[in-house]
Amino acid sequence: MSKAKDKSSKKRNIEEDEEQLPIFDNNNKNAGALDNDEGDSDVSDSEESVFSGLEDSGSDSDDDDDDDDDDVEEEDADEDLDNEDANVKANGQSSGDAETTERPSDDVSKPKHDEKSSKGKRMKKKERKKERGEGEEKEKSDGDAGLKVLAQVDEYEHDTSDEEDIRNTVGNIPMEWYKDYPHVGYNLDGKKIFKPIRNKDELDEFLDKMENPDYWRTVQDKMTGTDIRLSDEQVDLVHRLQEGKFGDVNFNEYEPAVDFFSNEVMIHPVTNRPMDKRSFIPSLIEKEKVSKLVHAIKMGWIKPRKPKETEPQYYDLWAKEDPDAILGRHKMHVPAPKMRLPGHEESYNPPPEYLLSEEERLAWEQQDPEERKLNFLPQKYPCLRAVPAFSRFIHERFERCLDLYLCPRQRKMRVNVNPEDLIPKLPKPKDLQPFPTTQSLVYLGHTSLVRCISVSPTGQWLVSGSDDSTVRFWEVGTGRCVKTLEVGGAVKSVAWNPNPAVCLVAVSFEGTVLLVNPGLGDKLVCSATDQLISSYEPPVEQREQPVQWNEAESREQELGHRLVLQHPKAVKQVTWHGKGDYLACVMPDNSSHLQVVIHQVSKRRTQNPFRKNKGLVQCVSFHPVRPYFFVATQRYVRVYNLIKQELTKKLMANCKWISSMAIHPGGDNLICGSYDCRLTWFDLDLATKPYKVLRHHKKALRGVAYHKNYPLFASGSDDGSVIVCHGMVYNDLLQNPLIVPVKVLKGHTITHDLGVLDVTFHPTQPWVFSSGADGTVRLFT
Amino acid sequence: MGGLQKKKFESGAVTNYITRNKARKKLSLSLPDFRRLCILKGIYPHEPKHKKKVNKGSTAPRTFYLLKDIRFLMHEPIVGKFRAYKIFVRKLRKAYAKAQWSDVERIRENKPGYKLDHIIKERYPSFIDALRDLDDALSMCFLFSTFARTGKCHVQTIQLCRRLSVEWMNYVVASRSLRKVFLSIKGIYYQAEVLGQTVTWLVPYQFAHDHPTDVDYRVMATFTEFYTTLLGFVNFRLYQSLNLLYPPKLDSKAETELKAAGEEDYAMDSESYLEKLSALSASLARVISTAEEEEAEPDHFPAEGEDLERMEEREKAQKEQEAQKRLFEGLKFFLTREVPRESLAFLIRCFGGQVSWDKSLCIGSTYDVTDETITHQIVDRPSIEKQYINRYYIQPQWVYDCINAKILLPVEDYFLGVTLPPHLSPFVEEKEGDYVPPEKLKLMALQRGEQPGENFHPSQDEEEDDDEEEEVDDDDDDDEEEEEDDEEAEEEELADEANLKKMEQQRSQGKALSVKVTPGKVKAENRLRTEEEEKAEEKRLAIMMMKKKEKYLYDKIMFGKKRKVREANKLAAKRKAHDEAGKADKKKKKAKKQ
Repeated sequence: MSKAKDKSSKKRNIEEDEEQLPIFDNNNKNAGALDNDEGDSDVSDSEESVFSGLEDSGSDSDDDDDDDDDDVEEEDADEDLDNEDANVKANGQSSGDAETTERPSDDVSKPKHDEKSSKGKRMKKKERKKERGEGEEKEKSDGDAGLKVLAQVDEYEHDTSDEEDIRNTVGNIPMEWYKDYPHVGYNLDGKKIFKPIRNKDELDEFLDKMENPDYWRTVQDKMTGTDIRLSDEQVDLVHRLQEGKFGDVNFNEYEPAVDFFSNEVMIHPVTNRPMDKRSFIPSLIEKEKVSKLVHAIKMGWIKPRKPKETEPQYYDLWAKEDPDAILGRHKMHVPAPKMRLPGHEESYNPPPEYLLSEEERLAWEQQDPEERKLNFLPQKYPCLRAVPAFSRFIHERFERCLDLYLCPRQRKMRVNVNPEDLIPKLPKPKDLQPFPTTQSLVYLGHTSLVRCISVSPTGQWLVSGSDDSTVRFWEVGTGRCVKTLEVGGAVKSVAWNPNPAVCLVAVSFEGTVLLVNPGLGDKLVCSATDQLISSYEPPVEQREQPVQWNEAESREQELGHRLVLQHPKAVKQVTWHGKGDYLACVMPDNSSHLQVVIHQVSKRRTQNPFRKNKGLVQCVSFHPVRPYFFVATQRYVRVYNLIKQELTKKLMANCKWISSMAIHPGGDNLICGSYDCRLTWFDLDLATKPYKVLRHHKKALRGVAYHKNYPLFASGSDDGSVIVCHGMVYNDLLQNPLIVPVKVLKGHTITHDLGVLDVTFHPTQPWVFSSGADGTVRLFT
Repeated sequence: MGGLQKKKFESGAVTNYITRNKARKKLSLSLPDFRRLCILKGIYPHEPKHKKKVNKGSTAPRTFYLLKDIRFLMHEPIVGKFRAYKIFVRKLRKAYAKAQWSDVERIRENKPGYKLDHIIKERYPSFIDALRDLDDALSMCFLFSTFARTGKCHVQTIQLCRRLSVEWMNYVVASRSLRKVFLSIKGIYYQAEVLGQTVTWLVPYQFAHDHPTDVDYRVMATFTEFYTTLLGFVNFRLYQSLNLLYPPKLDSKAETELKAAGEEDYAMDSESYLEKLSALSASLARVISTAEEEEAEPDHFPAEGEDLERMEEREKAQKEQEAQKRLFEGLKFFLTREVPRESLAFLIRCFGGQVSWDKSLCIGSTYDVTDETITHQIVDRPSIEKQYINRYYIQPQWVYDCINAKILLPVEDYFLGVTLPPHLSPFVEEKEGDYVPPEKLKLMALQRGEQPGENFHPSQDEEEDDDEEEEVDDDDDDDEEEEEDDEEAEEEELADEANLKKMEQQRSQGKALSVKVTPGKVKAENRLRTEEEEKAEEKRLAIMMMKKKEKYLYDKIMFGKKRKVREANKLAAKRKAHDEAGKADKKKKKAKKQ
């Protein structure tokens, strides 16, 4: 290792750029100084230190020192004294002895050289001068002992510095050009400088890298091809440059700025220039201008500016009020409403009842500010001095401002109506008597809900059908159950034959319709009825019928059963024609055209009047006098002319869905009850739309009925009430029917959300029967 | 053969309205300027009857102005002034940017300004119109006059507001037109009757405001600008109507008096003049310096028979008013420093009383505490050390309550340290069915001339008795009586309890309760009752027959009525509970004492 070192040190030939040079100089100087401080602190005034400070190219020498300190320690002092060139040469020639011999010649040659190139290199000179100056300063500070020597040395030092680096004379060319040659250039004497012998292979390189601790700081000089080991100072410099710092350690970037112009009064002027003459002589131009202005003022052309009126001036604005001046706009003007005046609760000391309780306060706090009824919390203070400022005062004023200019205004007619005036003036119910007013009888006996009731044409008997699959016959006057018939299923509908000469009741359960002769009332009538049924003679040619007509068996005959009609589907409703011969049955089924069948009892014939299915049929009814047939589907009531066999009318009920229907005995009016709590009254002559819709009930209507003689109709609903209305139909066609509710009858208890299921009137008396889900039938008289 | 197809939204209601943005564009104003213009000119949006039609089928929320209004704005000279101001700002900015300071100064001097006189005249064609709209103006001015003179708005505005509000108060004092006053938690409400118009305004309590950040002071300032102008003109006219000098001057007599008093404290006369005025302690100078004019008696016109009653009523009201005007005449008040001086001085002077305060409190005090002729001293502290024997020491609420009651109330309830009776709002006029607090009933009785001890409201009186007992604590007789009453009640209760116990015992012993057969009573048919019932049913049935629309309306009205009743009941129940709780407390206290 030491061998390599020696080699490298011997063959060192450093070529530095000129620009870099001064930096290195400084660096070296500093380094030297540092060295002094550190190493030779005791020898403060030694020559060595002085010269090291002055030296231009200390780096080389230092390097040399470091490298060669083993063999040439004693030469150090001399070397320091040497100028750069000499040193380099010495190195280049690798002859420590030749130093002394060559030095004088060098010294001599340099000044000449300088003179020659002085013109071209003024700049450099200046630099040198500066350096010299610095050097001189230092010299002065140092003792007189070195003075002589220094003066001498300096002279040559800066002179030779130009050429110092030029060991290789090829100049600033790309060194690749010498790539293929064994030399790298020529020295001053024109002799070839040979490349150092590079016999290091990869292995050597690697070993070097591993073993040489200075490997990382060794660089190759391209000019000479030698390896140079950078000194500590140089490494430090490189680091500083890499960090972007200033190269000089001692350079202070943040020197305190000293203002040239400061607050301190200088005794001497900055410039020594004497004052101009014009600064002593009044300006003519200005004089002219001023005289012009003076003249203008004199003549009154220029007036001083009036002080501005800041105080508003008030006067009698309304001195001349003429009413005609009022703009048309003011007629449209909607004056802003005044602020609401405060109530007791806003007082600082309100009565205790106006203070909010704890819950009210919490509720108030949870409400949105817009929803609050009061926009403040009522509070009580014991005395006036305890009242604080209202924190939202400015807010409220601002909101008022916003209301005034942003809030749309609209003139609204305030309805100042006496609510009593809104109630329609109706005839007093008292004047419309008779009508049922009180519950007088309850017919008890059924164990399940009573779906249907019917009264005999004489008005003495009542029949009711229930879900407990019994049909009971009651005497109306006493409330006694006269007869109970067990049938094979929940009774859906019962209908007493309206013909007073016949005693026949139609009972429907499941798919069966029973014609029952209850055997009540006049014996003659009963027997006549039986006779009528038994006198039937089957026609010669048997027609295909949709319904099977059977005579009841003998055992059942005793119970009263007469005829059994077997329908293909469950029968929901049976209803008689006024004459008592025809019987209509409803078998609701959405998908079939066989929903309604009409039976003729006397001929035991059945016909299906409709060929088409027009919707789920709810109920049907015969016109009391004319050959019309009413079919109520869910939304419409269709009126068919049975003779012409055509549709005459289609009434729109506007409700969902129709549950029941009744036809006025006059035949021109019709009421429909619906599941959406409405009762619609149709005037058939008037329109297909309802004449009146009554929303009296709170729940779905189940049954409606007209009275035969009296102008009454009743409706029963799931809310457990029966409402009896006076429904007067006048003979005068121009007068609309008068409808007045006269009585709300309550009595049925609601079971399973069902109340009244059926209502019917007594044929002669103003009495109404109602059957309910509570298993009772009630009579109101 | 069809004519041109009629396009939608080109005729009808839509042509009468214009949206805000369109209006702004039409006037070519920026939004703030448009806003200012609307505020000054009193243009407000209109709600069209059919919003969808006007909004071209859309239901988006939009504000609509009447097109006529906007057309009307186009001819407003102030719009030009706004534009001039915009140019002024631009010039000034440029001069600043170029650092041409002389230009800046010149431009500044030529700052365009505008006057609102014509707008006032246009918006309020008659003086009465202006008076009618004075509520907001006064409230705003009083608020702005309490602002600190930093930030938020110009100092000149604040000073002007202060000046105008002082002028207004002086007018009200001079004309004695104040009617009602109310101490609320928000501030003090005053109501005056000026030329037959009631003007109500609200004055905040004297505290520094903490200015909220979510309030646009520019809007408020614009309103104030308008209102100050309005109020100035109104004041001028009002002063003129009373033959007072405007700008107000103090009476020469009063002036000399005041001068002697407070001259050394103020360097400049002009500085202290407004404060002297705002002290409200001196009367104002009149144009024609005559003695108090006799108010002309209104002529009596013989009225026809049916108007006679009304006439009498009116006369009575007038007399009452006259009496109210002289409510405090002959009384001499002294205010201590913790009471709101301005408000009280204003009130007392409004009703003819004399008022003074400590000299160090404010300029304008006329006499000292030591004055022997002082009848009432208004104090708002629990106790006062040095008390003069010939004057009442009362809390400030007395003054307010007296004014509202229009009579001098007994001072006992308002002595120092006494729990004050509730302060009621004079603005509430109870209709039939409304809840009336018992204090109000008492007050009404007082006004009618009844004595308070006449068992008007038994529970109240009892309470009062209790109060007195507690205070005096030497009337033992009353105490005992009450106790006796209590005992009696207790005895009854005991008897009841005994009965119950007996029954229970019997039951527990398994004995059947004595079953008796009593002769049936004839149920007396109450004719009236049945009739009433019938009527009720009739009504119910009739209601059923109502049309849907009417029914809705009817239900709404009835709902409102019911709610009112409910609220009144709630208040009454609350009061009852409170009174009972109070009584129980008192009893407990008494028991402790004994």
